[in-house]
Order: sequence, then C-alpha cells, then structure tokens
Amino acid sequence: MNINPNKCVACGNCTYVCPMGAIYVDPVIKRATIDRNECVECFTCFHGMSQEHLNPTLVRGMRKIFQMMRLRFDPEPDVCPTAAFEPDELVWPRVVRRAFSDPRVPHESTGVQGRGTEEVKTNDVSGRVKEGEVGFTIEFGRPGVGVWFYEIQKMTSALARAGVSFEKKNPITSLMSDVPTGTLREDILNEKIMSAIVEIKVTVDRTEEIINLVREVEPQVDTVIALGVGVRCDSMGEDTVVAPILERLGYNLERAKTNIGLGKITQPESPKQEEMAGAIM
Amino acid sequence: MTNTLHRYGNSASFYDDFVVFAIPSRGKNDKGSVPKLKQFLEMALPFKPVNLGDAIHGGALRPCRDMHPTSHWNRDMTPDFRAVIDGVDAPTTVAAVFDSRVSAEDFVKTVKKADLGLCVNISTSIDGAEQCCHAAGIPRHSVGYSLGFQGKTEKLPNTQVLMLTTMCGHGMIGTSMAKKMIDWVKEGRRTPEQATTYMARFCSCGVYNPARAKRILEDARHNTK
Repeated sequence: MNINPNKCVACGNCTYVCPMGAIYVDPVIKRATIDRNECVECFTCFHGMSQEHLNPTLVRGMRKIFQMMRLRFDPEPDVCPTAAFEPDELVWPRVVRRAFSDPRVPHESTGVQGRGTEEVKTNDVSGRVKEGEVGFTIEFGRPGVGVWFYEIQKMTSALARAGVSFEKKNPITSLMSDVPTGTLREDILNEKIMSAIVEIKVTVDRTEEIINLVREVEPQVDTVIALGVGVRCDSMGEDTVVAPILERLGYNLERAKTNIGLGKITQPESPKQEEMAGAIM
Repeated sequence: MTNTLHRYGNSASFYDDFVVFAIPSRGKNDKGSVPKLKQFLEMALPFKPVNLGDAIHGGALRPCRDMHPTSHWNRDMTPDFRAVIDGVDAPTTVAAVFDSRVSAEDFVKTVKKADLGLCVNISTSIDGAEQCCHAAGIPRHSVGYSLGFQGKTEKLPNTQVLMLTTMCGHGMIGTSMAKKMIDWVKEGRRTPEQATTYMARFCSCGVYNPARAKRILEDARHNTK
C-alpha cells in the first residue's frame, strides 16, 4: 500500500485505523507514511475508510489556519479526505501478506475467503472430523498483533516432529516446502501477516498431548495464539468426550461455533476432497 | 468464518450476540447455492437482525467511496440489509447477527423448515447455541470450541478494547481505533451509536454486532478498564 504524498493532508485518521499500527505522520515530510516492514497489506486503510475527493491544497490551508487558532478538529474518524491511498502491484513474496491479511482475497488453495478453511463449519457434508477425532485450529497473530512466517514455522516443525497430519486444503500447508517436517518455503519466512491458521487432525486420545505441545512451543513464538478444537457430536448432539478433557486441562469453555447439521450433499463427491497431508494419526 | 469463534468475553457476555451463518461447501453443495444464500438472508429479516453480511461484499454498514463533504453533518447510519441480500452473487458465507436468543431461536426454526441444504452454524456461547438447537429440535452435529488466547497475551489490549476488536475476527478493526472510539464516547464527542457505526464499517463480512458494541461502549463510558 502507498500513500500519495501529493494528496495526503496529514489529518492522521489512518494512523488509528491501521490494525498493525504501521501508519504514522512523518514529522519531516508532514505526510502520513507507511512502515512497509510492519504493513501486512490488509487493505483496511484502502477498503475500510470512506473517501472524499477534496482538494489537498485547500484542506492543508484550512488545517493550518485552524491549527494556528488552536481550534480542535472534529472530523469523521473513518474518512480519508483526499483519497490518498493507492495500492501497489504486489509481487511474490510480498503478495502472501495480502493473502493472509485481507479477508476479501480468497486463497487459491482453498477458494475460501479468509485465512482458514471450512473446518467443522461444513462437517455435516464433508465429514472432515469424525467421531473419535479432534480437529485443531492453531491461529497465530490474532487479534491485532500479527505474525512472521518464521514464527509459525517453530510450531509447524514441532507438530511435524510429533507426527501429526496437516490439513491439506489449508493455506499454510500449501506453503510448506516439506510437509513431513513442517518446513515452510524459505522465501516467505520474513513476511509478516495479520494471522494464519494451522490445521491438524488427531485421534481423541492425543488431545492432551497436542495441547501440551502447543503450550510448550508458544513461549518461543513472539505472538498471540488462539486455539480452536473441533469435534463431532454423538447422535444425541452431545460431546461427552473432548469437552471434559479440555476442562480438565483448565479451559473454561465459553464460546463455540455449532454446526447444526442441516447441510446436504447435492453434488457428486470428489474422492480427493478430504485428503490430509502427512500421516493420519 | 472462524472470525466469529474467538470473540472475547465470558459466556454471560454473549447474551446479546448470536451469529447464525450459512456456508456452502466447495464441491459438495456450492453449485446453485446463490439463491439459497439470498433466501437465508431474506428469512432473517422478520426476526430483526442487527447486522447481515456476506464474506465477499461486506455487511449492512459499508464505507462510501465517494463521500460528499456535507455528509459529515448528516451521515447515514442505517444498516442497508437490502444491499447485502441483493449483492450476493457467488457462493460465499452469509451471516445474520441477532441481539436476542429468542430471535436466533425463531430464525433457526425457520431455517430448518426451509430445508435449504446449506451448512448452518451458530456462533455464540455454548449454552446459547444448545438452547437454539433444543428449541428447533435439532441435535448438534459438530462443535468448534474456542480455547481463547494464549502465548504472548501481554501484547493484547485491555478487555473492553478486546471485546470491540474481536467482533471483527478478521482483525479489520484496529486496537487504536477501538481505543479512540471509547475515548470519544467518554469525552462526549460521539454517541455510542455513532462510534459503533464507524467501527462496523471496517468489518468486511458483516458479522460485527453493533448492539453488543454499543453496550460495551456504554459500559466503558462509566468504567474504562
């Protein structure tokens, strides 16, 4: 993302809007400026802010007059008055920043908008997580912290050493150069993104082991981690197996997304749909 | 749409937060799903949702690409549900957000009756979703639990800011923006409704809950954490 210095009037609205805090008003040039190292190309500034198309010279002049009179501005906080944001033509590897940060961009690997996959949201037609299995979503960087790929690799390597299977149709898995070792492509390791979700599936008896492994590795990972656990309920709609394990491990189960099982398969099934990368454990 | 899973708060704080969403599965039931997705959203209207959204085009409150300068004094803060429904043009996730369990229950009953064949999920407290399923006579198929945030949690902001920002799980609402809105409400520069509307415009899939955000801002006005 770029800010056109000929248009920017340094109103400062965008400095609050940036989820990564990567925009600041440069005191030398007196224009809003993007720290390209911290910018994750989420396009929040470009898409999320409303735009006016005011004359920059006129706005700067008015701002100077108000400033001299010590009058406080009270503009709408979600508006760029001069439409100064101009997207770059992103090239590899920087383009992965946007793929993992702008939810409007579907991942080519999944076709799903956002950073994850369908998980248990479509379990009623996909059968991705069966009774006796547990699907983990390990998300890095959310909320509002961000993450570098080299940090994510610390976790994928540890999970691979534990012999888990990575969900094949997941954006992170698609960027692994060596799935059995959980190694990510070297050319993306120094890219920062808003968040990413690693998905794995194990048998129920490994639930505690995986949670302990995540807890062991997370002190080495310089970001926040959000853990999700997906299970298939029994015929009565109950989960009497995994929830007690999680509670025993000290989690207060407050929120969940619940698939209510109304989905129906209306297209011929593709046998490759549910493939997992690595060994199924 | 895991973006609704990790909303910050305890179970009781989700009493006014029910996200019911429909998602077609790629290669399973996505062909011909667009009219069904529109019907899903249309069926939500009688139950007075506080937001509707689709994951491609956004929610009922959207930014304007060509704002007139005078609109600063007369800005439209009315959610445009019709634009969301009419805008669905490809298989995607669509969501209806309610601020009461009764509305969510009645909507789920209606969705069950319509038998659209789409995958439908409820994102709220575990108890809240169970009650919705019970009211509609549906056993839960699968559950995705949130275990909350761990790791370098010292990088996270205070709980009120976290509650506001995590309602857009894609992270489009910046921490600084939410802090600023709390400050503006405290200073009396904006009402909670106005502050909520500013934030909701950044949510790119329409799952932001303006009713809950308004309540959080009202609380923060008196007692900022």
